[in-house]
Amino acid sequence: METVTLTIKNQPELYLEAETISPDALAGKKVEEILGLPVYVGREQHRLGDYFDVSGKPGATPAETKIVLNGDLSRVKYIGTKMTDGEIVVNGDADMYVGAWMQGGKITVNGNVNAFAGTGMKGGELIIKGNAGNYLGAAYRGDWRGMQGGKITVTGNAGSDVGTFMNGGEIVIGGDVDVHVGTHAEGGKIVIKGNAKSRLGGQMVEGEIYVFGKIDVMLPGFVYREDVDIEVDGVKGRFALYEGDIGERHRKRKGQTIYGKLYQRIEA
Amino acid sequence: MTKTITDVICPFCGTLCDDLEVVVSDDGKQLLEVYNACAIGAEKFLHSQAKDRITRPRMRQEDGSWKEITYDEAIEYTAQMLANAKKPLMYGWSSTNCEAQALGSELGEIVGAVMDNTATVCHGTSLIAVQDIGIPSCTLGEVKNRADRIVFWGCNPAHAHPRHMSRYSIFPRGFFTGKGHKGRKVIVVDPRPTDTANVADVHLQVEQGRDYELLNAFRVAFKGEKLPDVVAGIPKEKIYEAAETLKSGRFAIIFFGMGVTQSLGKNHNIDAAIAVTRDLNEYTKAAIMPMRGHYNVTGSGQVWGWLFGFPFAVDLSRGYARYNPGETTANDLLRRDEVDAVFVLGSDPGAHFPFSSVKKIYDRPSVAIDPHETPTTEVCKVHVPVAFVGVEVGGCAYRMDNVPIETRKVVEPPEGMMTDEEFLSRVLARVKEIKGV
Amino acid sequence: MAEYLIKNGFVFDPVLGIRGDKADVAIKDGKIVETNAVKSPKVIDATGKTVMAGGVDVHSHVAGPKVNVGRNFRPEDKLFTYKPRNGIERMQGGFSVPTTIRTGYNYARMGYTTVMEAAMPPLYARHTHEEMRDTPILDQGAYPVFGNNWFVLEYLKNNELENTAAYIAWLLRATKGYAVKVVNPGGTEAWAWGLNCENIHDPVPYFDITPAQIVKGLIEANEYLGLPHSMHIHANNLGNPGNYTTTLDTFKLSEGIKPKSKFGRDQVMHHTHVQFHSYGGDSWANVDSRAKEIMDYVNSHDNITIDMGQVTLDETTTMTADGPFEHHLTELNHLKWANADVELETGSGVVPYVYSPDIKVCAIQWCIGLELALLAKDPMRVFMTTDHPNAGPFIRYPRIMKWLMSEESRKQQFDAFKYKDKVIDATNLAGIDRELDLYEIAQMTRAGPAKALGLAHMYGGLAPGLEGDVAVFDFNPNEPYAPDDIEKAFSNAEHLFKSGVQIINNHEIVSNGNKRTLWVNTKVNENPQVMRDVKEKFLRYYTVTLNNYEVSGHYLPNPYVIEVDATQ
Repeated sequence: METVTLTIKNQPELYLEAETISPDALAGKKVEEILGLPVYVGREQHRLGDYFDVSGKPGATPAETKIVLNGDLSRVKYIGTKMTDGEIVVNGDADMYVGAWMQGGKITVNGNVNAFAGTGMKGGELIIKGNAGNYLGAAYRGDWRGMQGGKITVTGNAGSDVGTFMNGGEIVIGGDVDVHVGTHAEGGKIVIKGNAKSRLGGQMVEGEIYVFGKIDVMLPGFVYREDVDIEVDGVKGRFALYEGDIGERHRKRKGQTIYGKLYQRIEA
Repeated sequence: MTKTITDVICPFCGTLCDDLEVVVSDDGKQLLEVYNACAIGAEKFLHSQAKDRITRPRMRQEDGSWKEITYDEAIEYTAQMLANAKKPLMYGWSSTNCEAQALGSELGEIVGAVMDNTATVCHGTSLIAVQDIGIPSCTLGEVKNRADRIVFWGCNPAHAHPRHMSRYSIFPRGFFTGKGHKGRKVIVVDPRPTDTANVADVHLQVEQGRDYELLNAFRVAFKGEKLPDVVAGIPKEKIYEAAETLKSGRFAIIFFGMGVTQSLGKNHNIDAAIAVTRDLNEYTKAAIMPMRGHYNVTGSGQVWGWLFGFPFAVDLSRGYARYNPGETTANDLLRRDEVDAVFVLGSDPGAHFPFSSVKKIYDRPSVAIDPHETPTTEVCKVHVPVAFVGVEVGGCAYRMDNVPIETRKVVEPPEGMMTDEEFLSRVLARVKEIKGV
Repeated sequence: MAEYLIKNGFVFDPVLGIRGDKADVAIKDGKIVETNAVKSPKVIDATGKTVMAGGVDVHSHVAGPKVNVGRNFRPEDKLFTYKPRNGIERMQGGFSVPTTIRTGYNYARMGYTTVMEAAMPPLYARHTHEEMRDTPILDQGAYPVFGNNWFVLEYLKNNELENTAAYIAWLLRATKGYAVKVVNPGGTEAWAWGLNCENIHDPVPYFDITPAQIVKGLIEANEYLGLPHSMHIHANNLGNPGNYTTTLDTFKLSEGIKPKSKFGRDQVMHHTHVQFHSYGGDSWANVDSRAKEIMDYVNSHDNITIDMGQVTLDETTTMTADGPFEHHLTELNHLKWANADVELETGSGVVPYVYSPDIKVCAIQWCIGLELALLAKDPMRVFMTTDHPNAGPFIRYPRIMKWLMSEESRKQQFDAFKYKDKVIDATNLAGIDRELDLYEIAQMTRAGPAKALGLAHMYGGLAPGLEGDVAVFDFNPNEPYAPDDIEKAFSNAEHLFKSGVQIINNHEIVSNGNKRTLWVNTKVNENPQVMRDVKEKFLRYYTVTLNNYEVSGHYLPNPYVIEVDATQ
């Protein structure tokens, strides 16, 4: 694994669109080439080197490439978009679309991320040590195929619209979430270790949501079934199992209707 | 002497009534009377004759006062502003014709703007819901001729679309609805006891912010499944009753507005309402329609749809069209300081946007194209008055059910006043010169 | 105007009967002229290249309200497939439902110059015209829909042929339309109540008229008027296993009726996207191809033309005025469904669809479309389409050419099917070794459609006097080639001329052209009855006034009017 370090030296006047900050774009390139990669501020095209100091070098392939980003990246968008392999470490906050459409590899953000992180994720790992914005691991607008695979872990809180149209993969949130969790989900697993507000599993066809803390308002479409003793993300506990969304369509397997499952931990 | 112009289209709201009659002086310069319009529509025509109407562009001075400038100077300021910006916001577009919207699109393409319209604070969330779940809908004539179950959810047409109920939704005697309102059942869902709720058969006074939960419950009720005793402040018996009322009709229509598009959940509320409509189609015929506000916000969505592929919040800065509300929407762009110039045409964000956004307009190079003095013109650097579409210049507009109707010119604009199209053409030409294309 | 001489290319022109011989083509003042009529032309060296007239698409959903629903409700159709603005080219977006700008350019890149919008709801005609106006390069026209129209249903119920004809003439003028289009006759009016008409004898609720009566009546009215194109129909029961019988029943409604028009067409019925109407079996489990039965009929009845509706195995967007069908489709695939019923006139539905080679039924559909073309005895009566975007995006036409011209490419596609053996059992295609040549392709994509549209005096060939619509492709039919070379060459015309203006030069778009909108203006005897009925219905049932209904010339900046005199 070779490491390229990008340290931001100038802030963009507006926002910096940097799809080229990904192992796939940097692999096999010389430093001069990397400095010349395009980044955008509004309609203007600039060079990566206009905004970042570059040291180290990438690997020959994405898998062998690690990128470390230093500085205030809160105005940098699209970090790690569509990456297929390799690693990115962001030492700071990042703006929107971190790891959007990623297929493999690993991104670690030692800070917060803005909206649309992990949009349309297909595989790989996205780790956010701070808070995540809205639409974490959600589908792009209109796409009924949301997150397909991979794992997103957030230490802090997340916003609204977590896992919209989720099909597969896993999202684990250490803190609280805002409204609308797993809306329209057809698969996948969402774990919320803090508190949730409302609209969990709205229009859910299939999938699993686990909440350790409070749920302010339960949807009428979710029906209590029974209490179960299970282990979730390494934590053992007793959970109340609800199934739903009753108003939505559901598939049958071996004659049994498969519902979405919402588990809420029962205080000991 | 006077003459009466018939079949005039009212350029105010999405009801787009086209049966107005306007009496004008023989020389075509004075507008005297308006028939058939609601009070708002009549005023739209009559106020164009106001004595204190601004007729020339003006520019804000250092000391805060306005100074009259020529159209040429206004064009120059606007062209320079747009050409030099890295990412200008070109907002509004809802109170103008499709011809101007198309010209504005060409201009936006060349300067790499973000194009956004009033849907961004209105039915944009409905458009997002349609992108997620589709929409079973119809034209207003289908409602007039067939509908016998009418739902107004989170909207108050008595105030916001005054002739809607008499022209389309409750009172008309249509082909299959000869009994008029007596053959229809009306349900209003609104936390408030409104004037529309007053004419309804049933008023479900939903708890504020819990429409999604209530819609969710309707879907459970359709399936005959069990509900909690109370959902969103409505007892379950009332929910089952309303569900039965809808299922037992021949044609159910749901009209909805800001009460659900801009309250907690926004697009999800509409998504759920569309899901309810979809479900109803298993039992009877059902459709759903947004109560669009401005008379041509729908047109703006159509024009951008066929030119760019998206109905609002269209980011053209990279040379191709991109779309993602939350990122490319006007208020998010302003809130995050992601745009460096603001061009407003045919709407009033100064009145409708959060104050924090309006401050951002004030802090930037900004131009407002509007016949009126508005809160927007007051925070912009240049204000360009133009002719009223539908009064002083014609052009195409799209009704809330997407039906396109060509508006008419009934009087001459004030001497020397430009139309939106003329102003945009001149700016486009100047921008092309500046950019050498 | 500029003069051009396209020299030395391999010309395929069914109008002049040139089957790949070397020939020169001259253009002057917007038209094809004799080669000795040009004095100092710009010379295009077409040595080793294929030269054809500009393509003519007889049925494509490219402009109008439901097309725009397809665009606006599918942001994901734009993701990652955009083409940035570049020189005179404006920005382009959309894969299965391209923006109007992209539609113009993509057709031009395939060498097409005339595209007919397949269905225009009259109340929304202004919208269709706005989109056509904003589609560069191509000549276009649109077909208003008549098969669920209240005036038509009432007149035909009472066998009032003259009134029907007068109303058709009026509506074509009011909407600036080109031809009589019929979609799911009676069924879409039934759908306004959530019902349907599934065969030609199923009566329409309340109006109590059958689809058979509607179709027959409209064919007769069309011939009474002598319109350029024939009645153009999408029959009942589209997409259902076993529906081929409904199709044959519908075909038979044209028996014994001879065309009566001065425009040179030989058919009285054009049935569109027949692939969707050629299914046997009675469920998705046993659905099979009945292309043989269908083509037996088409081959032996020369007063019918058809187009394929070829499935391209893409993710695409279905959109049709067959409202009940779209509802049925969304119940099958659970994807987002948009529906719009139009007062007194018609309806529509839009649903995305993924035609996967891993799904047996999709593979069977793919076979059926190709069978229709390969079993055709007369390629002048069987046209290549995908019912864009329903069976696939029109940008796949060169791929369909490849499949029609190369058995090897079909074999390769069979090998990619997950259920290859089951598909072969249910279809005929694997046993067909016919390979079409470019002459037959030109018949199916140029000369045939132009003739069927009544436009053989303008398009479809390279005879002097025809429009200067000429395409040059970097393809040498006399050198060995791989099947994929066909697709590559015909996706990227080297040169294209439209109305004598060079649009593409060396594969680059160099002009946005000056498109024309075609519409038909029919003179009929005065008919006070129909005018009274029109006035009354607008007053009582429509929600727009009569005076606001007609589309003004403002929306057709460059109109081309075809005059028809049907006065008796």
